Amino acid sequence: MAAPQMREPIETGAPDGFQYMHPAMRRNFGTWAYHEDVQPGVMVHVAKYGSDKVWTIKAGTQRILDVFTLRKLMDIADEKGDGFIQFTIRSNIQFFVDSEEKVLPLVAALEDAGFPVGGTRNSVASISHTQGWLHCDIPGTDASGVVKAMMDELLPYWRGWDMPNRVHLTTSCCQINCGGQGDIAINVQHTKPPKIDHSLVGNVCERPSVVARCPVAAIRPAMVDGKPSLEVDEKKCICCGACYPPCPPMQINDYEYTQLAIWIGGNHSNARGKPTFQRLVAAGVPNNPPRWPEATAIVKKILDVYKDSARDWERINEWVERIGWPRFFELTGLPFTKYHIDNWRGARANLNSSTHIRF
Amino acid sequence: MASNNYPTPMLDVLEDGPWPSFITGIKNLRDNHPDERIQNVTNGLLGQLEHSYETKMGYWKGGTISVFGYGGGIIPRFSEVGDKFPESREFHTLRVQPPAGNFYDSAMLRQLADSWEKWGSGLQTFHGQTGNIMFIGSDSKSFQHFFDEINDYGWDLGGAGPCVRTAMSCIGGARCEMSNCNEQAIHRHLVNSFTDDVHRPALPYKFKFKVSGCPNDCQNAIERADMAVIGTWRDHKAINQDEWKAFVAEKGRDYVIDNVITRCTSGSLSLGDDDSLIADETNCVRSMHCMNVVPKAIHPGEDKGVTILMGGKRTLKIGDLMGIVIVPFMKLENDDDYEQIIELAEEVIDFWAENGLEHERCGEMIERIGLVNFLEGIGVDPDPNMIHQPRNVSYVRMDGWDEAAEEWFDRKREEKMAS
Repeated sequence: MAAPQMREPIETGAPDGFQYMHPAMRRNFGTWAYHEDVQPGVMVHVAKYGSDKVWTIKAGTQRILDVFTLRKLMDIADEKGDGFIQFTIRSNIQFFVDSEEKVLPLVAALEDAGFPVGGTRNSVASISHTQGWLHCDIPGTDASGVVKAMMDELLPYWRGWDMPNRVHLTTSCCQINCGGQGDIAINVQHTKPPKIDHSLVGNVCERPSVVARCPVAAIRPAMVDGKPSLEVDEKKCICCGACYPPCPPMQINDYEYTQLAIWIGGNHSNARGKPTFQRLVAAGVPNNPPRWPEATAIVKKILDVYKDSARDWERINEWVERIGWPRFFELTGLPFTKYHIDNWRGARANLNSSTHIRF
Repeated sequence: MASNNYPTPMLDVLEDGPWPSFITGIKNLRDNHPDERIQNVTNGLLGQLEHSYETKMGYWKGGTISVFGYGGGIIPRFSEVGDKFPESREFHTLRVQPPAGNFYDSAMLRQLADSWEKWGSGLQTFHGQTGNIMFIGSDSKSFQHFFDEINDYGWDLGGAGPCVRTAMSCIGGARCEMSNCNEQAIHRHLVNSFTDDVHRPALPYKFKFKVSGCPNDCQNAIERADMAVIGTWRDHKAINQDEWKAFVAEKGRDYVIDNVITRCTSGSLSLGDDDSLIADETNCVRSMHCMNVVPKAIHPGEDKGVTILMGGKRTLKIGDLMGIVIVPFMKLENDDDYEQIIELAEEVIDFWAENGLEHERCGEMIERIGLVNFLEGIGVDPDPNMIHQPRNVSYVRMDGWDEAAEEWFDRKREEKMAS
């Protein structure tokens, strides 16, 4: 039998973005003069040359979009807008229109259809998130569910301009942290070493690669019950789960011991200070579907304290740097423990070698 | 059909509340989509997801599949509980590269939705953390057909595995007054010069390009990209004193001093007696704060270009690393300039492909071999903008000092002659 005729792929890579831009954005590419924030979720950009203005209307979505919802959004784009949209890095949708009269009807149509408008300027933007139980092969929790449950509670923060500066939230379903850096990050934290199914390791895993993957050299080859397998030095193991993706018989997820941790102060921007990585503030938070109320309560507490105590324009990392970590733990009521003290490489840079102490 | 639906008591709770519900969306496909295939696959998916919620465990495992001619771009997912939920036993994701800045018109999104509905589950995400459009839920019979269909009208798969990955860029000059470069051109010149490395994974690990048009770095490029390209300028920033004075009049001097002048990172701003803005341009570090507060009055200068940082990545394996400045300033105006940035990317990827260990990101290799070895490997001269401060440990062998110093003076002479 002849092999079936297969179609050769056309290796086009990333497509040309200009063809999908609003004509006013194409015309004024690289020559915008300034922008103004009109109302939460709405801004206007003014062209340097000519009289073009483009209004942006930003709305929240569920990120995992079904085709019905996608078409509903496109209906709104066509009927109330100019048919051109863009997605932000946090999966919010932005509609662009070139006349002011279209703005309020578009906002109303989005709100009527259940897509909240907001997330601009000094608000809490939607949570950038990963796949979780819906699709990932190594998730310790769900992502879409955590985000849905949390954004239900944070909607007033999304709609308002009440925060000292913008707040970016992220979640991650394992300690690799695909969700990235955030002002507040809600991430899975495993607390026990992997449970190894020794009957499968020899056949399923490329053992030297798994040994090499361990950040603390806690894994070594071993014969178990006469079969080639791997063993873990549980005293050395930091329970990161890095061995699980290349070797699924090293099960790290656990219905009880996979918990959540909360990190703050990740800031990607070079505005004012240099970019910063997030810092551990709370752990041992129950991984509690379907609504994860304990994690949401801590996030809200941190947001409220930040809102009351920070100065205008201070991101969370800058606010804590000014008031000091002792005061942060005091204000939030979170416990400070030995686990907050860094012992990874470069840890010295995170310790206080001065007499700068607030009393 | 309804009687065969898996019960979803925990997921049902996620239909309450004001934020849009992904559960409502998936159920809508299950209950109201005309195609029985989509009804079934979404029913199975909801059943398995409910099972995950009840047991607090995930049940997908990977595998190896791709479209004809490629080695990557699809994330295979086979269910470990396929006997319980056979309808969604296979649920693969196709990663598709978006345009820089994630722009779409409604007609194109409708066309993609129609194709996906024909072959897949009807679920998609704009976008995954990798920057791809993710078409979630196809089986072995359908993914090739879906790819062939959308590839015919201009869409290509992204990267997955140890390869050059899909690039990401901010909204940029299309709608931002702070943009200092053509993000669209940079994005496509870079990633589309490596399509072979995108589609056929053969590198030590992943390699990511990200482009941000200004130092606000809305793409998190420094924190997440192996090669971060960030727009900047090297002449004086543009100050519109009339707009600035209008801002001072509106807000008052105290507010302006507290929120702009004293907040400048390098202390390079002061407020004149006549309410004008006085800037010490030699000490401006392009930290954006004054522009972010008063976008009407202060803008980047005219001599625009990019700063390039390398080696950013997330936690696995040695901990989070920020990118490091490798090129403090590069003009990107003509074909030669773009040729130069592509050549730099090729140098870096070649050097890393030869010297990186398996599963070692470029930044981890730099950490292991030291920045100087990396610079020598890619043919870039040392520059004081690459460091926060010089070394503080005297344990270093320096018998090449005289030559190194001479090279520095030679370079400085050449720069002077060139200008």
